[in-house]
Amino acid sequence: MQTNILELEHLAKSFGKKRVLADINLTVIPGEIIGLIGPSGAGKSTVIKIALGMEVATNGTAKIFQKEMPNRQLLSDIGYMAQTDALYMSLTGYENLHFFGVMKGLKASKLASAIEYVAAVVNLTADLNRRVVEYSGGMMRRLSLAIALLGDPQLLILDEPTVGIDPALRQQIWAELGRIKMTGRSILITTHVMDEAELVDRVALLLDGTVMAFDTPQKLKQLYQVDSVEKVFLKAEGVETCES
Amino acid sequence: MRIIAIIERILKELFRDKRTLALMFIAPILVMLLMSVIFNTNSVTNVTVGTVGVSSKVTNEIKKIKHVHLKTYQTQEKAKHALTKQKIDAVIKQNGHNYHIMYANTDATKTAKVKLAFQNALTISNVKALKQALSKSTQANTQLKAQILALEQKVTQQKVKKQKAAQSPQSQKAAKISNTYVYGDHNTGYYDKILPILMSFFVFFFVFLISGMALLKERTSGTLNRLLATPVKRSVIIFGYMLSYGILAVIQTILIVLIVVWLLDIEVVGSMIAVVIMNLLLALVALAFGILLSTFANSEFQMMQFIPLVIVPQIFFSGLVPLDTMPTWIKALSYLIPLKYSGEAINGIILHGTSIFDLGFEITMLLLFLVILTSLNIWGLRRYRKV
Ligand SMILES: Nc1ncnc2c1ncn2[C@@H]1O[C@H](COP(=O)(O)OP(=O)(O)OP(=O)(O)O)[C@@H](O)[C@H]1O
Ligand SMILES: [Mg+2]
Repeated sequence: MQTNILELEHLAKSFGKKRVLADINLTVIPGEIIGLIGPSGAGKSTVIKIALGMEVATNGTAKIFQKEMPNRQLLSDIGYMAQTDALYMSLTGYENLHFFGVMKGLKASKLASAIEYVAAVVNLTADLNRRVVEYSGGMMRRLSLAIALLGDPQLLILDEPTVGIDPALRQQIWAELGRIKMTGRSILITTHVMDEAELVDRVALLLDGTVMAFDTPQKLKQLYQVDSVEKVFLKAEGVETCES
Repeated sequence: MRIIAIIERILKELFRDKRTLALMFIAPILVMLLMSVIFNTNSVTNVTVGTVGVSSKVTNEIKKIKHVHLKTYQTQEKAKHALTKQKIDAVIKQNGHNYHIMYANTDATKTAKVKLAFQNALTISNVKALKQALSKSTQANTQLKAQILALEQKVTQQKVKKQKAAQSPQSQKAAKISNTYVYGDHNTGYYDKILPILMSFFVFFFVFLISGMALLKERTSGTLNRLLATPVKRSVIIFGYMLSYGILAVIQTILIVLIVVWLLDIEVVGSMIAVVIMNLLLALVALAFGILLSTFANSEFQMMQFIPLVIVPQIFFSGLVPLDTMPTWIKALSYLIPLKYSGEAINGIILHGTSIFDLGFEITMLLLFLVILTSLNIWGLRRYRKV
């Protein structure tokens, strides 16, 4: 049997009376990129937060590295990038990376080279010594991603990592995600950019509190008889596509 | 070490935030300076003291003190009459070795001034008397030496003993001073009593304010969530905050205490270090308290709303108002007020010279507050991460 890096079983979540997640089942195996897509407010971020133990599920279990979450120790091997850029604005890019590197438990000897590497991936090397307040929105997003990449975590959980990032850099980032996957590490990514969804190994379509479809982009396209993931998304949502 | 990285980060952020730094250090100084101006102007009030049968040794000394005028009355009745007519502020009457002072006490500053002036005068005249006695005894000693030369050893020794015994008794006994007040009692608006309490209150207030803001910002900016997505322990985050803001609180507290004591010229009967230690303990409690309350606020403004709710009422329990006559439930409530313990302790040290080793109860209570509040803070972070 394949070992699962991430395993969500019958997850349900309600905020007060509002039911956001009804029954979520999802697995991530080593060396694969999972794309989590769904309309705004579908509960993608909520799924991620439950998986990390930042929210409590009303029902069901979340396991990472086959251990039940929440589990503090496991967090050292998970790289998490939230939907909002949570950065220390008065510190420089380098100081942010350094601080979170220490928090993740990176050894001092490895830290400097790790920072150098992730900064290069997101193209921030030249701006590392500037304070984050002076950064543009895209630069903050990139710094946020760089922090998640620190320390080569076995599992990357990225909540809309490429928002506000220009096409060239986006390509560069996807190339890096591809490399990460090749080393056998896993990535769970949410996105609203449908051509990014074409690049993942399996797509989970989140709708009405359940995973409506969970398969490779090719299989989904066959299933819905369309030629792009974007159309799968629209069809699943029941939106009429303007096709002649 | 994660905790060191957290402390380093917080301090770095703080020193780049000039506004907050200013609030922490300049604001208390300004407030204290203002206070010193207001309170010090009172200390140059002129007072007039009436005396009845007080020996000239003492009255001469009183006359020498600045801003104190003296009027001598033949009888107690005449003096009392002048007192009620507000011609004089106090009447001092000597009965053999004891003194009785009656204060008008309509203005507490004047009462304090008279009290101090009289004590000074008395001390000085006592010192002079002692000096005289000393020179007398030196004379006696020289005489004795001559006798020693003349007489045989045994006999002399006996005589010396006798002489010494005969010399001592007179002026050594301290004069008894009794006080009565036409209005109120010795507690009435006595500035020396208010100041230590106000000082503690400011320590509490300013530390509360800055620490509350600190974790609030971390929470609202989302960095707390990001921090909790790393394997760092909740307790390490709280201790990191306590330590880094603790360092600042130490500086701030010492600053406030020094300014109050030196600028306002408070006489600290006990140990100055004890005063600083008690205030520091209070500052740490304020720190933990501020962090705790910040979890119930969603913005800086909401944090401000706690001030009239939880900070201002503290001052009523701090010892400014005697609680003995209050209803029982108020008294019960006062046990939950940290400022009550520090207020009592610091008053004790400053006014009565209480040793810090006799303040075990107050220190224990403050430490208890500190431990409970810190534990609550660590537990409170469970809201954001369950482990
Ligand atoms: N703390 C909360 N309290 C109440 N409701 C919440 C809370 N967090 C999320 N929700 C609700 O849960 C639903 C799902 O939110 P979530 O952030 O998971 O959506 P999402 O799929 O990530 O959307 P987007 O694509 O816009 O990021 C939303 O309707 C939101 O209003
Ligand atoms: Mg989201």
